[in-house]
Amino acid sequence: MSAAPAPGAAANTPADDVARPVGAHKWTPYVLLTPGMLWLGVFFIIPTVMLVKMSLSSGTAFSGDGSFTFSRSDLQWSNYGDAWTKYVIDTPIFQKSLIYALIATALTLVIAYPLAYTIAFKSGRWKNFLLVLVIAPFFTSFLLRTNAWQTILVDSGPVVTFMENIGLLDFLHTVTNIPDSWPSWAQIFPDGITDPNRVLATPLAVIVGLAYNFLPFMTLPLYASLERIDIRFIEAATDLYSSAWTAFRKVTFPLSLPGVVAGTLLTFIPAAGDPVNAQLLGSASDAMMGNAIDAQFKSTGNYPLAAALSALLMAVIVAMVTVYVRRAGTEELV
Amino acid sequence: MTDLNPFSSPVSGVRNTGLSRRGFLRGVGASGAAAAGASLLAACGSDSGGSSGSGGNDEKILNFANWPLYIDTKRVDGTKSYPTLEAFQQQTGIQVNYSEPVNDNEEYFAKIRPVLAANKDVGVDSFVLTDWMASKLINLTWLEQLDKANIPNLDNITSALKEPTFDPNRDYSLPWQSGVTGIAYDSSVTGEVGSITDLLTNPDLNGGITVLKEMRDTMGLILLDQGADPADFTEDEWASAIDALGAAKDSGQIRQFTGNNYAQLLAQGTIAACIAWSGDVIQLQFDNPDIKFVIPEAGGMLWSDNMLIPINAQHKANAETWMNYYYEPKVAAELAAWVNYICPVAGAQEELAKTDPKLAENPLIFPSDKELGMLAIFQALSDEEETQYSTEFQAIAV
Repeated sequence: MSAAPAPGAAANTPADDVARPVGAHKWTPYVLLTPGMLWLGVFFIIPTVMLVKMSLSSGTAFSGDGSFTFSRSDLQWSNYGDAWTKYVIDTPIFQKSLIYALIATALTLVIAYPLAYTIAFKSGRWKNFLLVLVIAPFFTSFLLRTNAWQTILVDSGPVVTFMENIGLLDFLHTVTNIPDSWPSWAQIFPDGITDPNRVLATPLAVIVGLAYNFLPFMTLPLYASLERIDIRFIEAATDLYSSAWTAFRKVTFPLSLPGVVAGTLLTFIPAAGDPVNAQLLGSASDAMMGNAIDAQFKSTGNYPLAAALSALLMAVIVAMVTVYVRRAGTEELV
Repeated sequence: MTDLNPFSSPVSGVRNTGLSRRGFLRGVGASGAAAAGASLLAACGSDSGGSSGSGGNDEKILNFANWPLYIDTKRVDGTKSYPTLEAFQQQTGIQVNYSEPVNDNEEYFAKIRPVLAANKDVGVDSFVLTDWMASKLINLTWLEQLDKANIPNLDNITSALKEPTFDPNRDYSLPWQSGVTGIAYDSSVTGEVGSITDLLTNPDLNGGITVLKEMRDTMGLILLDQGADPADFTEDEWASAIDALGAAKDSGQIRQFTGNNYAQLLAQGTIAACIAWSGDVIQLQFDNPDIKFVIPEAGGMLWSDNMLIPINAQHKANAETWMNYYYEPKVAAELAAWVNYICPVAGAQEELAKTDPKLAENPLIFPSDKELGMLAIFQALSDEEETQYSTEFQAIAV
C-alpha cells in the first residue's frame, strides 16, 4: 500500500475504486512476501518457539519414559540458571566461544581486506579467476577442510617447527597466559593461546581453523562493497593532494564499511556457535558452546539444558549484533 | 563416539579384512571376504527353517539396521554382496533388507527416540547398539523380549558375555560383535604403557595421550586401575576416578577426548599412547607393526554391540531366526574373519582355524579365558546415576 499512487487514478474520482487499472495489485506485496514468510515461519519461528519451550521443560531423554514435561504454571527457569553456572561461572565456555569468534573475525578481516582490495582494484583480467579461487574451498566438504588442518598443523610438521624456531609460539604462549590467580570465569586461556611446542589441541588451532573456514564469508561482502566504489572519488582525493594512505583512510575505507559490517556479521555469528573446529582442532579445554550443546543433547540427553544454552547463545549474539549494527550504522546495508 | 573424521589413515591392501565398523570412515573399499565361506555354509543344514510366524506379521521379510562395514562383504564387479546374509536368505526364504544407518549410538537414539516414545513402529525389526545404549532402551521399555524358543543357538554365546548386569538373562539383547577397550601405544616412541596410571601421569607422555569420549570406556579403565570393579562400584570409587581424570586433564597430560579419530593421531605419530578399541588397533597394525595394544594389568573393558528388537517390530520372529543363524559357529567364524572384532560365539574359533589358522589365534578376536577374565563390563546405571555420572564426566570431557 505504500506503492506509488496509480497514475490513472485522477483526483476528481475520489471514491471510485473500480477505476483502478489492476484490481489485484493491493495483494501483490503480500503474495510476494508469502514464500519468504513461510520459510521464516517453518524454519525459524516454529523451531525457535519449540526451542524456548524445551528450554523451560523438565526431564531427560535417557530417563523415565524419555519424554519431557512442559507446564505453563511450572516453567523451569532453573535450566537457564544451570546453563549460567556451568558454562559461564564454573568453566568459561561461553566467554571462550565469544572471544575465539571475535579473534577469528578480526583475523579474517585483516586477511580478507587486502585480498578483497586486490581483487577489486588490482586484479585486472584475473578478477573472475581470483573470485573463483576464493569460493573454491566450498567445493570440498567443511569437515575435510578442517581435518586437513590437523595435518598442516601436525606437531613436528614444517609449519609448527617454523613457528617454534622463530619464537612465535613461545611469545604467544607467554603473552596470553592468564595467571592462575584470576577467577575461573576469566580463565579464557588458562595455558596461553598456544603451547610453546605445538599448535594442535590449543585455542590457537581452533581460532585459525575458524578464521580459515569463514574467510570467504568475509572476502565476498568486502569485495562487493569495494567493487562498487566509484573510482573517481579516489581520483578526486589524490587530485587534491591526499597521499594514497589518506585517500584510503578517508575515502575507500569509509565507503567499504557496509562490506566490513556484513562480513564481520557473517563471520562472527556462525563462528561463535561452531562445534566442528573446536572438536577437531582443539583439546577438551578449548570446547566452545557448540560442543557444550552437542554434549548436553547427545551424551547426557539433557535436551532442556541444551535448549537453554542455545537460547542463551542466541540472545547474547542478537544483543551484541544489535549494539554493533546500531553503532556501525546500517543505512547502506539495507 | 561422535566421529567427524573422514580422513583415511593409509589402510593398504589388507588381506582378508575390511575395516572395523568403528573405523569405517577411515577408508572405503577394502575388499575380499573369506572366499571359502560359501562352501562352509552349504554343509550347514539348520533347524531354523520354518520357525517364523509368532510375530505380528507373517511376511518373509526382515529389516535389519547395522553399523557400516560390520558384516562380511564381497565385491564382484563393483556390486556388493554379503555372503553370510545371502546364505541366510536362501536357507530361510526370508528377504533381508540390510541397511547401515547406525553411525553413532547417540545419534541413532536421537532418531528413533520420538518414534518409540510415541509407541510406533520405527520401521526396522532389529538394530545393533552398544551395551549402555541397549541398557537405556531396556529401562525405557522400548524393546521386545526375545523368544528364546526361536533362538536355540543362544547357548553358543561365550561365557563372558552370558550375563551382563544390564540384561542378566539376555532377555532383550544378543551381541553381534564384541570388543575390548585397552591401551594402544606406539612402541617406536615410548616404552610399554602398561597401566592407566602410567598413561595419565607419566610426565614423558605429557600432552601426548588421548582418552575416549565414551564415558564407560574411559571411566571403566580408570576404575579398574584404582582397584574398583566397573561392574559394581561405589560413589566414592567413582569420585576418586573422576578426580584422577580431572587431574590428568588439568596437568595437560590429556591432549584430547576422541572418538575413533585417535587412530589417525596414533598413526601420524601425533600421540604416543591412547585408550583404544581392539578392532581399530588390529587394522592399524597391518600398516604399522610398532603399534601395540595392551590390556592393562588391572583389566580392560569388554563391550558388545547388541542385536535388539524394538517394540512394534513387524517381523520379530524373523529377527530371532536371524539371530539364531548368526550364532551358528560356522557363520560366526566367517563373520569374525571379516570384521576382526571379538567373536561372541563359542566354537567359532575351531571353525575359523580350518580356514585361517593364523587369524584364529589372534587373541583380540578370540581371547583366551584368562584374557577374558581380565575384562569387565560396565554396570547398569539407574536414571539418577546416569544423569549424575554423565554430567560429571561431560564437565571434564567437553
